Amino acid sequence: MGNILSLTTFLPLLGAVILALFLRGDDEDAQRNAKWVALVTTAVTFLTSLFILGNFDASDTGFQMVEQRDWLLGLQYKMGVDGISILFVMLTTFLMPLVIASCWSVTTRVKEYMIAFLLLETLMLGVFMALDLVLFYLFFEAGLIPMFLIIGIWGGKNRIYASFKFFLYTFLGSVLMLVAMVAMFSAAGTTDIPTLMTFTFETENFSILGVQIIGGMQTLMWLAFFASFAVKMPMWPVHTWLPDAHVQAPTAGSVVLAAILLKMGGYGFLRFSLPMFPVGSEVMGPMVLWLSAIAIVYTSLVALVQEDMKKLIAYSSVAHMGFVTMGIFAVNQQGLDGAIFQMISHGFISGALFLCVGVIYDRMHTREIDAYGGLVNRMPAYALIFMFFTMANVGLPGTSGFVGEFLTLVGIFQVNTWVAAVATSGVIFSAAYALWLYRRVVMGDLIKESLRTITDMGTRERVIFAPLVFMTLLLGVYPALVLDITGPSVAALVVNYETAVAAFEAAAQFASN
Amino acid sequence: METIILFAPLVGAILCGFGWKFFGETAAQWISTSLLFLAAFLSWIIFLTFDASAHPNGSYTVNILRWIESGTLSTDWAIRMDRLTATMLIVITTVSALVHLYSFGYMAHDDNFKEGESYRPRFFAYLSFFTFSMLMLVTADNLVQMFFGWEGVGVASYLLIGFYYRKPTANAAAIKAFVVNRVGDFGFALGIFALYLVTDSVKFTDIFAAIPDLQDHTIAFLWADWNTLNLIAFLLFIGAMGKSAQLFLHTWLPDAMEGPTPVSALIHAATMVTAGVFLVCRMSPLMEYAPQATNFIVFLGASTAFFAATVGLVQNDIKRVIAYSTCSQLGYMFVAAGLGAYSVAMFHLLTHAFFKAMLFLGAGSVIHAMHHEQDMRNYGGLRHKIPKTFAMMMIGTLAITGVGIPLLYVGFPIGFAGFVSKDAIIETAYAGTAGGYAFWMLVVAALMTSFYSWRLMFMTFYGTPRGDAHTHDHAHESPNSMLVPLYVLAVGAVFSGMVWYGSFFGHTDKVAKFFGVPYAEATEHGDDAAHAEDAAHGDDHAEEVAHDADAKEEEHHYNFAGQPGEGAIHVAPENHVLNEAHEVPTWVKLAPFFAMLAGLGLAYQMYIRRPDWPHKLATQQAPLYQFLLNKWYFDEIYNFAIIKPTLALGRLLWKQGDTKTIDGGINGLAMGIIPFFTRLAGRAQSGYIFTYAFAMVLGIAAMLTWMTLFGGAN
Repeated sequence: MGNILSLTTFLPLLGAVILALFLRGDDEDAQRNAKWVALVTTAVTFLTSLFILGNFDASDTGFQMVEQRDWLLGLQYKMGVDGISILFVMLTTFLMPLVIASCWSVTTRVKEYMIAFLLLETLMLGVFMALDLVLFYLFFEAGLIPMFLIIGIWGGKNRIYASFKFFLYTFLGSVLMLVAMVAMFSAAGTTDIPTLMTFTFETENFSILGVQIIGGMQTLMWLAFFASFAVKMPMWPVHTWLPDAHVQAPTAGSVVLAAILLKMGGYGFLRFSLPMFPVGSEVMGPMVLWLSAIAIVYTSLVALVQEDMKKLIAYSSVAHMGFVTMGIFAVNQQGLDGAIFQMISHGFISGALFLCVGVIYDRMHTREIDAYGGLVNRMPAYALIFMFFTMANVGLPGTSGFVGEFLTLVGIFQVNTWVAAVATSGVIFSAAYALWLYRRVVMGDLIKESLRTITDMGTRERVIFAPLVFMTLLLGVYPALVLDITGPSVAALVVNYETAVAAFEAAAQFASN
Repeated sequence: METIILFAPLVGAILCGFGWKFFGETAAQWISTSLLFLAAFLSWIIFLTFDASAHPNGSYTVNILRWIESGTLSTDWAIRMDRLTATMLIVITTVSALVHLYSFGYMAHDDNFKEGESYRPRFFAYLSFFTFSMLMLVTADNLVQMFFGWEGVGVASYLLIGFYYRKPTANAAAIKAFVVNRVGDFGFALGIFALYLVTDSVKFTDIFAAIPDLQDHTIAFLWADWNTLNLIAFLLFIGAMGKSAQLFLHTWLPDAMEGPTPVSALIHAATMVTAGVFLVCRMSPLMEYAPQATNFIVFLGASTAFFAATVGLVQNDIKRVIAYSTCSQLGYMFVAAGLGAYSVAMFHLLTHAFFKAMLFLGAGSVIHAMHHEQDMRNYGGLRHKIPKTFAMMMIGTLAITGVGIPLLYVGFPIGFAGFVSKDAIIETAYAGTAGGYAFWMLVVAALMTSFYSWRLMFMTFYGTPRGDAHTHDHAHESPNSMLVPLYVLAVGAVFSGMVWYGSFFGHTDKVAKFFGVPYAEATEHGDDAAHAEDAAHGDDHAEEVAHDADAKEEEHHYNFAGQPGEGAIHVAPENHVLNEAHEVPTWVKLAPFFAMLAGLGLAYQMYIRRPDWPHKLATQQAPLYQFLLNKWYFDEIYNFAIIKPTLALGRLLWKQGDTKTIDGGINGLAMGIIPFFTRLAGRAQSGYIFTYAFAMVLGIAAMLTWMTLFGGAN
């Protein structure tokens, strides 16, 4: 079991290679085979990831199951998981079989579609497990290529525009991050992430063009990484690519985007920004908190007036990610626990909501809210599932959506009551837009002629939702499943962070005396 | 046993909601109903056998499962059992069981659904789910679990208000209820955060123990430093305002009448709306140390009692009259709780649950008889058509208006439930505010309560039939499944006040024993003061007699003497409102009685003797009439001042913020850069992917070059 992490990471790639090399033709049989190969691959990947979870020791706050090898050009191939990353790995492997199952009705270029998703899974898993800067960068940036393809080839009418936007945002962020990585290497002489996490980057203040940079080099590096992660999250005001990308992406693409890809930003903050640039985080933290609070209220208000279902849910995603960034930069146990929990929970809930849109999009080929109404009359099972996830989305206690929101708010309240109050008001708006959406789509009498023959969810669709419902409830009722794993690692992170900040402040004090 | 009570309704909800396809609709209804009766039966056992002195601090805890644990924040799923919980248990399970039973008849046929549609299992499942959430709320041993119940009942309420999902008004009312409640929850949540910040715990026992040390503590919140306990009490009360429909956050309750009538009886009269009162009583150790917050509670409670009663005077929908009446009665409870007479608030909560549920179910019976006609202007003369319903409604009306024999005291007063408990609150208000604003508001509200209640009776059951003749001809008495719950509730509406008078509003030692609170003999000084008051009103014969009887039984006066957390409620030793409430002047004790008589007389004059008066008065005083009929224009003001601006802001942020400013900037940039790269890549369509890959490879190459030049990666 020495290479269980690599095995898990590259299993989907293997599936993709098999598809690419051995599957010929584009007839119905070939399409079916492609889907089955992908489904089995992702299912096996999930099973192997269970071994990772089984071998994981939550009380150990360091990296576990570490693999290290020499790689080309003197670089290192290094993988490992800790209490922060393992849950993202599990989230990814858990969701991918459901994602594959959700595209069972796709008929265009099925083989390529499956390859794209398998490739994407490998790259996403790599991001969460990589323990070397270069390796991380590779996975992080490469992961976007399959996503571009998924939107660009299988997407909606405006897919080109959406992809451009996606590209431009991420590209600008990535360039800055790359520069910072080079700077980090030149300062620390290594690209090993665990070493970098204990390395103290220069914090001496200096000024550029008359602007005093408090925290010096660290703050600059923090900003560079922030540029990349903030776009990924996405944070206000660099969020506008997300609604467009979601609207144009096919259902499965939206699910992966919302449920997993967005988490790469949050994971980046946890893995890089806080441990490597604590001083930078401390200096810039208040700004992030305010951006988060603004995001929560701003995007909730915008969600209120949307006419496109997917856009509405996309804006709601941005609001929920606001809770995540807020929790992270509260930098205390509850805030960080809550942020991680919120990301995991949002993976299930937003994924399910996009699947909900997919269910009726498959039938009616429109996402216009006005095109629907009274679906409960013909689709009671759908109404129930959609209600459940709507409630989870508004953070109803008993569902996983509550725990994350609650913990992040508890965390932020200890730091900044203004931000806490503004963010808490988000619970009012989220209830308003979510229930308003539900009412327009599901409730009322069914009077639209086009909906007269719409059919309720089939067995396949119900099977896809079942695990999501189960997880949302399970984590809502017994969140210890997640919190027991994150707790010790988060506690260690907080201690290291506070020590570093205290040292910086002591030094600043000393300098001023 | 506690666990069975708690989970029986949940099991019922699940079996009924998901299992009805397997064992049929009727069986499913019976399953959920019988599980509720089981819970009710066990609750009564607990209530009657609960001995506060047998447990340390008058309470015990049953742990079920771990819940949210993060750092020092630790919550469990647990049951806290004490007198408050036990009282709420019987209220909830009894009314719920009866409402389940009632729904067999009421929901048997419903024109809102098409032939062959299965709506009944869904209805019963929602009812049972609601009951489960409500039980979670009252059995919680920490604020977060309470919040679970708090939001859970909100969802159940949302689902049940919107039960007639084809009706746009029902859907709108459902959303309104949920969102307005969320405004309250906003305050509640902030209160929890603040409590955790200062006490490092969300468990009641820890919080109560920490409170005395926080007396002069201040906390920085938003723009200023606040007295911690006052601030927290105020924030929590905002939650209570939402749930209990107090002024400014009350607008959802009348609209909630869109739901089926059994729902109104269970949720919007007897249980959910009283959650706010329960919260204040539960947090009594905090409230006792938060004088400014409790002053506000008293003020708002009294104002709500008055406001809602004025609106109730002119409503024509039978359910809306009762809804405003509920709103008003909740104000009474808050006045008592805010003055520190928590037991009195709970007393009225208990009796009100019986008679208000009964009034709603009675109204449901009328509506059922009249083929879902709810406008009282189309009723009239129904007492001959539906005599049993009439009798029950009469008992409910006698109870709510407070009919009884004033000044007679035989160990307890003689009168209907509302007479005993409402008068207790009014006396408390007099004692607590020295005859101030709250007292007068409540007396005036009592007059109006009597007026609108009798108006309802007279318009419905007396006079000549109005409206559709066909409907009147076919008006029929309801089936037994609907009448039996009314009979049972009637017993409560008649006797509950007299039976539990001593436990909730008796002398301090009795109340203290009942709630498991330590008490001590009053000091010399206190005794003197009490005697002095006796002397001052010595001319009152009846009071003398009553007091002499008391004096013989127990020579002493007692005061509460517990520390916060000792017992189900905490009353500060220096809080003597309960004692003083027994010593109010005679005219105060008579005031609600005469208010009731005046209301009755006025209603009789206007709706029996001179039925033309109301119309004349309405035309004569048109502005006032319109003002009341439109509920003081709260909905219109909110719509104009909050909802419309919010939507406009949303649209502005979307179109101007996102689309124009942010995207506009980006697109400008994009039009410059992208074409350059795509030309470079030579492909118009997939060029950007290529570009991206190219840029990434370039980046990696640059990085690798750097590394090989400046040392290895070791």
